[in-house]
Amino acid sequence: MAEMPVIDPEKCDGCGLCVGVCHLNALAIVNNVITIIETVECDWCTDCELVCPTGAISCPFEIILQEP
Amino acid sequence: MAVQLEFLKSILYFSDLGLAELESISKIAFEKTADRAEMVLLEGEPAANLYFVASGVVKVFKTSAEGKEQILSIVRPGESFNDVPIFDGGPNPVSAQTMGPVLLYGIKKNDMETIIENHPQIALNVIKVLASRVRHLVSLVEDLSFKHVIGRVAKILLEHIRDEIGRGPRLTQQEMAAMAGTAREVVGRSLKALEEEGVIKLDRHRIIITDKEALQKIMEEPS
Repeated sequence: MAEMPVIDPEKCDGCGLCVGVCHLNALAIVNNVITIIETVECDWCTDCELVCPTGAISCPFEIILQEP
Repeated sequence: MAVQLEFLKSILYFSDLGLAELESISKIAFEKTADRAEMVLLEGEPAANLYFVASGVVKVFKTSAEGKEQILSIVRPGESFNDVPIFDGGPNPVSAQTMGPVLLYGIKKNDMETIIENHPQIALNVIKVLASRVRHLVSLVEDLSFKHVIGRVAKILLEHIRDEIGRGPRLTQQEMAAMAGTAREVVGRSLKALEEEGVIKLDRHRIIITDKEALQKIMEEPS
Protein backbone atom coordinates (compact mmCIF):
# COMPACT_ATOMS: atom_id res chain seq x y z
CA MET A 1 0.00 0.00 0.00
CA ALA A 2 1.34 3.42 -0.90
CA GLU A 3 2.33 5.77 1.87
CA MET A 4 -0.48 8.25 2.56
CA PRO A 5 -0.96 11.39 4.70
CA VAL A 6 -1.86 10.76 8.33
CA ILE A 7 -5.13 12.00 9.81
CA ASP A 8 -5.73 12.59 13.50
CA PRO A 9 -9.51 12.05 13.83
CA GLU A 10 -9.54 13.75 17.23
CA LYS A 11 -8.25 16.99 15.72
CA CYS A 12 -10.31 16.80 12.52
CA ASP A 13 -13.44 18.96 12.67
CA GLY A 14 -14.72 17.76 9.29
CA CYS A 15 -14.48 21.18 7.63
CA GLY A 16 -13.53 19.51 4.33
CA LEU A 17 -11.02 22.11 3.13
CA CYS A 18 -8.49 19.34 2.41
CA VAL A 19 -11.01 17.45 0.25
CA GLY A 20 -11.38 20.51 -1.97
CA VAL A 21 -7.66 21.08 -2.45
CA CYS A 22 -6.67 17.44 -3.14
CA HIS A 23 -6.15 17.34 -6.89
CA LEU A 24 -6.08 13.52 -6.90
CA ASN A 25 -9.33 13.15 -4.94
CA ALA A 26 -7.55 11.03 -2.36
CA LEU A 27 -9.58 12.45 0.54
CA ALA A 28 -13.26 12.17 1.42
CA ILE A 29 -15.51 13.01 4.35
CA VAL A 30 -17.00 9.92 5.98
CA ASN A 31 -19.14 10.38 9.10
CA ASN A 32 -17.94 13.96 9.39
CA VAL A 33 -14.28 12.93 9.56
CA ILE A 34 -11.73 13.08 6.76
CA THR A 35 -10.81 9.68 5.40
CA ILE A 36 -8.02 8.68 3.06
CA ILE A 37 -8.99 6.79 -0.06
CA GLU A 38 -6.10 4.39 -0.13
CA THR A 39 -6.69 3.17 -3.64
CA VAL A 40 -5.57 6.56 -4.90
CA GLU A 41 -1.87 7.26 -4.92
CA CYS A 42 -1.04 10.58 -3.30
CA ASP A 43 1.77 12.63 -4.87
CA TRP A 44 2.64 14.28 -1.53
CA CYS A 45 1.96 17.84 -2.63
CA THR A 46 1.18 18.50 1.09
CA ASP A 47 -1.56 21.01 0.23
CA CYS A 48 -3.98 19.16 2.55
CA GLU A 49 -1.57 19.68 5.46
CA LEU A 50 -1.07 23.32 4.45
CA VAL A 51 -4.78 24.22 4.45
CA CYS A 52 -5.90 22.19 7.48
CA PRO A 53 -6.92 24.77 10.11
CA THR A 54 -6.69 22.33 13.04
CA GLY A 55 -3.42 20.55 12.23
CA ALA A 56 -5.25 17.24 11.83
CA ILE A 57 -3.42 16.16 8.67
CA SER A 58 0.27 15.48 8.48
CA CYS A 59 2.42 14.59 5.51
CA PRO A 60 5.63 13.47 7.17
CA PHE A 61 8.85 12.98 5.21
CA GLU A 62 11.45 10.27 5.68
CA ILE A 63 14.92 11.71 5.30
CA ILE A 64 17.28 9.26 3.69
CA LEU A 65 20.79 9.34 2.33
CA GLN A 66 21.23 8.31 -1.28
CA GLU A 67 23.29 5.14 -1.60
CA PRO A 68 26.73 6.02 -2.92
CA MET B 1 -28.43 35.01 -5.41
CA ALA B 2 -28.17 37.07 -2.23
CA VAL B 3 -25.26 36.44 0.05
CA GLN B 4 -26.18 34.47 3.17
CA LEU B 5 -26.61 36.71 6.21
CA GLU B 6 -25.28 34.03 8.52
CA PHE B 7 -22.04 33.95 6.57
CA LEU B 8 -21.73 37.75 6.55
CA LYS B 9 -22.20 37.80 10.32
CA SER B 10 -19.33 35.30 10.70
CA ILE B 11 -16.92 37.69 8.96
CA LEU B 12 -14.98 39.85 11.41
CA TYR B 13 -15.60 42.95 9.25
CA PHE B 14 -19.36 42.72 9.76
CA SER B 15 -19.64 40.89 13.09
CA ASP B 16 -21.01 43.94 14.96
CA LEU B 17 -23.82 44.68 12.52
CA GLY B 18 -27.51 44.00 13.02
CA LEU B 19 -29.83 42.14 10.67
CA ALA B 20 -30.98 45.22 8.73
CA GLU B 21 -27.42 46.35 8.03
CA LEU B 22 -26.35 42.84 7.03
CA GLU B 23 -29.29 42.66 4.64
CA SER B 24 -28.24 45.88 2.95
CA ILE B 25 -24.68 44.57 2.55
CA SER B 26 -25.91 41.23 1.22
CA LYS B 27 -27.60 43.09 -1.62
CA ILE B 28 -24.36 44.83 -2.57
CA ALA B 29 -22.10 41.76 -2.34
CA PHE B 30 -21.80 39.43 -5.31
CA GLU B 31 -20.92 35.76 -5.69
CA LYS B 32 -17.97 34.51 -7.67
CA THR B 33 -17.11 30.87 -8.16
CA ALA B 34 -13.81 29.53 -9.42
CA ASP B 35 -12.33 26.11 -10.09
CA ARG B 36 -9.01 24.74 -8.89
CA ALA B 37 -5.87 26.68 -9.80
CA GLU B 38 -7.69 29.73 -11.18
CA MET B 39 -5.98 33.08 -10.75
CA VAL B 40 -8.34 35.38 -8.89
CA LEU B 41 -5.92 38.31 -8.61
CA LEU B 42 -2.84 39.25 -10.57
CA GLU B 43 -0.04 41.22 -8.96
CA GLY B 44 0.27 44.73 -10.38
CA GLU B 45 -3.24 44.93 -11.80
CA PRO B 46 -5.77 47.51 -10.62
CA ALA B 47 -7.75 46.35 -7.59
CA ALA B 48 -11.47 46.30 -8.12
CA ASN B 49 -12.97 44.13 -5.38
CA LEU B 50 -12.56 43.01 -1.81
CA TYR B 51 -13.10 39.25 -1.50
CA PHE B 52 -14.30 36.99 1.30
CA VAL B 53 -13.85 33.24 1.03
CA ALA B 54 -17.19 31.46 1.63
CA SER B 55 -15.92 27.96 0.84
CA GLY B 56 -12.61 26.51 -0.33
CA VAL B 57 -9.12 27.93 0.06
CA VAL B 58 -7.19 30.69 -1.73
CA LYS B 59 -3.42 31.04 -1.81
CA VAL B 60 -2.00 34.59 -1.71
CA PHE B 61 1.54 34.86 -3.00
CA LYS B 62 4.23 36.87 -4.75
CA THR B 63 6.35 35.63 -7.63
CA SER B 64 9.96 36.65 -8.22
CA ALA B 65 11.37 37.60 -11.62
CA GLU B 66 12.83 34.05 -11.78
CA GLY B 67 9.40 32.57 -11.21
CA LYS B 68 9.94 31.56 -7.58
CA GLU B 69 6.82 31.70 -5.49
CA GLN B 70 6.56 32.88 -1.89
CA ILE B 71 3.24 32.15 -0.23
CA LEU B 72 2.20 35.04 1.99
CA SER B 73 -1.01 33.62 3.36
CA ILE B 74 -3.60 30.88 3.05
CA VAL B 75 -7.11 32.33 3.08
CA ARG B 76 -9.79 30.08 4.53
CA PRO B 77 -13.59 30.45 4.81
CA GLY B 78 -14.62 33.61 6.65
CA GLU B 79 -11.36 35.40 5.84
CA SER B 80 -10.78 38.20 3.34
CA PHE B 81 -8.12 39.06 0.80
CA ASN B 82 -7.22 42.06 -1.35
CA ASP B 83 -7.96 44.38 1.60
CA VAL B 84 -4.84 46.53 1.21
CA PRO B 85 -5.34 47.86 -2.34
CA ILE B 86 -9.05 48.35 -1.72
CA PHE B 87 -8.24 50.82 1.04
CA ASP B 88 -5.02 52.44 -0.26
CA GLY B 89 -6.13 52.69 -3.89
CA GLY B 90 -2.96 51.10 -5.29
CA PRO B 91 -2.64 48.05 -7.57
CA ASN B 92 -2.81 44.46 -6.29
CA PRO B 93 0.41 43.92 -4.33
CA VAL B 94 0.02 40.13 -4.62
CA SER B 95 -1.49 37.41 -6.76
CA ALA B 96 -4.18 35.04 -5.53
CA GLN B 97 -4.97 31.57 -6.83
CA THR B 98 -7.61 29.04 -5.80
CA MET B 99 -6.37 25.77 -4.28
CA GLY B 100 -9.57 23.92 -5.13
CA PRO B 101 -13.11 24.89 -6.11
CA VAL B 102 -14.05 28.07 -4.24
CA LEU B 103 -17.02 30.29 -3.60
CA LEU B 104 -16.13 33.91 -3.00
CA TYR B 105 -18.22 36.88 -2.01
CA GLY B 106 -16.97 40.12 -3.47
CA ILE B 107 -17.67 43.74 -2.68
CA LYS B 108 -16.65 46.44 -5.14
CA LYS B 109 -14.13 49.02 -3.94
CA ASN B 110 -16.57 51.94 -4.13
CA ASP B 111 -19.32 49.94 -2.43
CA MET B 112 -16.97 49.08 0.44
CA GLU B 113 -16.25 52.77 0.96
CA THR B 114 -19.97 53.51 1.05
CA ILE B 115 -20.56 50.66 3.53
CA ILE B 116 -17.93 52.10 5.89
CA GLU B 117 -19.38 55.61 5.55
CA ASN B 118 -22.85 54.30 6.40
CA HIS B 119 -21.69 51.95 9.16
CA PRO B 120 -18.60 53.54 10.74
CA GLN B 121 -18.43 50.84 13.43
CA ILE B 122 -17.05 48.55 10.69
CA ALA B 123 -13.92 50.70 10.55
CA LEU B 124 -12.65 49.39 13.88
CA ASN B 125 -12.99 45.80 12.65
CA VAL B 126 -11.24 46.69 9.40
CA ILE B 127 -8.36 48.09 11.48
CA LYS B 128 -8.24 44.83 13.48
CA VAL B 129 -8.07 42.76 10.28
CA LEU B 130 -5.37 44.99 8.77
CA ALA B 131 -3.37 45.04 12.03
CA SER B 132 -3.36 41.25 12.20
CA ARG B 133 -2.27 41.17 8.53
CA VAL B 134 0.62 43.56 9.33
CA ARG B 135 1.66 41.42 12.30
CA HIS B 136 1.73 38.27 10.13
CA LEU B 137 3.72 40.01 7.38
CA VAL B 138 6.23 41.52 9.85
CA SER B 139 6.90 38.03 11.14
CA LEU B 140 7.37 36.75 7.58
CA VAL B 141 9.72 39.66 6.74
CA GLU B 142 11.79 38.74 9.79
CA ASP B 143 12.01 35.11 8.64
CA LEU B 144 12.91 35.99 5.06
CA SER B 145 15.31 38.85 5.80
CA PHE B 146 17.22 38.01 8.93
CA LYS B 147 17.23 34.25 9.28
CA HIS B 148 19.43 31.90 7.32
CA VAL B 149 16.54 29.48 7.11
CA ILE B 150 17.98 27.34 4.32
CA GLY B 151 21.02 26.58 6.52
CA ARG B 152 18.77 25.60 9.39
CA VAL B 153 16.66 23.36 7.17
CA ALA B 154 19.89 21.75 5.92
CA LYS B 155 20.91 21.12 9.54
CA ILE B 156 17.53 19.61 10.40
CA LEU B 157 17.74 17.25 7.41
CA LEU B 158 21.27 16.15 8.31
CA GLU B 159 20.29 15.53 11.93
CA HIS B 160 17.27 13.38 11.04
CA ILE B 161 18.62 10.98 8.45
CA ARG B 162 17.21 7.47 8.84
CA ASP B 163 19.79 4.93 9.94
CA GLU B 164 20.69 1.73 8.09
CA ILE B 165 17.75 -0.19 9.53
CA GLY B 166 15.26 2.56 8.75
CA ARG B 167 14.98 4.10 12.19
CA GLY B 168 14.53 7.83 12.58
CA PRO B 169 11.72 10.31 12.91
CA ARG B 170 9.54 11.37 10.02
CA LEU B 171 9.11 15.12 9.90
CA THR B 172 6.37 17.27 8.47
CA GLN B 173 7.12 20.70 7.01
CA GLN B 174 5.27 22.16 10.00
CA GLU B 175 7.60 20.35 12.39
CA MET B 176 10.67 21.46 10.44
CA ALA B 177 9.35 25.05 10.59
CA ALA B 178 8.94 24.82 14.36
CA MET B 179 12.50 23.47 14.68
CA ALA B 180 13.92 26.18 12.41
CA GLY B 181 11.92 28.92 14.14
CA THR B 182 10.23 29.95 10.94
CA ALA B 183 6.98 29.67 9.00
CA ARG B 184 5.95 26.54 7.12
CA GLU B 185 5.82 28.56 3.89
CA VAL B 186 9.52 29.40 4.29
CA VAL B 187 10.45 25.74 4.83
CA GLY B 188 8.61 24.74 1.66
CA ARG B 189 10.57 27.30 -0.30
CA SER B 190 13.88 26.20 1.31
CA LEU B 191 13.25 22.57 0.35
CA LYS B 192 12.55 23.62 -3.23
CA ALA B 193 15.73 25.73 -3.28
CA LEU B 194 17.79 22.78 -1.96
CA GLU B 195 16.29 20.57 -4.65
CA GLU B 196 17.14 23.14 -7.35
CA GLU B 197 20.72 23.22 -6.06
CA GLY B 198 20.84 19.46 -6.55
CA VAL B 199 21.63 18.54 -2.94
CA ILE B 200 18.33 16.84 -2.17
CA LYS B 201 15.60 15.16 -4.18
CA LEU B 202 11.93 15.20 -3.18
CA ASP B 203 10.42 11.82 -3.98
CA ARG B 204 6.85 11.70 -2.66
CA HIS B 205 7.21 11.20 1.11
CA ARG B 206 10.98 10.90 0.93
CA ILE B 207 13.62 13.59 1.06
CA ILE B 208 16.68 11.97 -0.45
CA ILE B 209 19.97 13.66 0.36
CA THR B 210 21.91 13.32 -2.87
CA ASP B 211 24.96 15.42 -1.91
CA LYS B 212 25.65 15.28 1.82
CA GLU B 213 28.86 17.34 1.62
CA ALA B 214 27.16 20.18 -0.24
CA LEU B 215 24.31 20.10 2.29
CA GLN B 216 26.84 20.36 5.11
CA LYS B 217 28.44 23.38 3.43
CA ILE B 218 25.04 25.09 3.14
CA MET B 219 24.46 24.36 6.82
CA GLU B 220 27.77 25.96 7.78
CA GLU B 221 27.34 29.11 5.69
CA PRO B 222 27.17 32.21 7.90
CA SER B 223 23.82 33.99 8.13
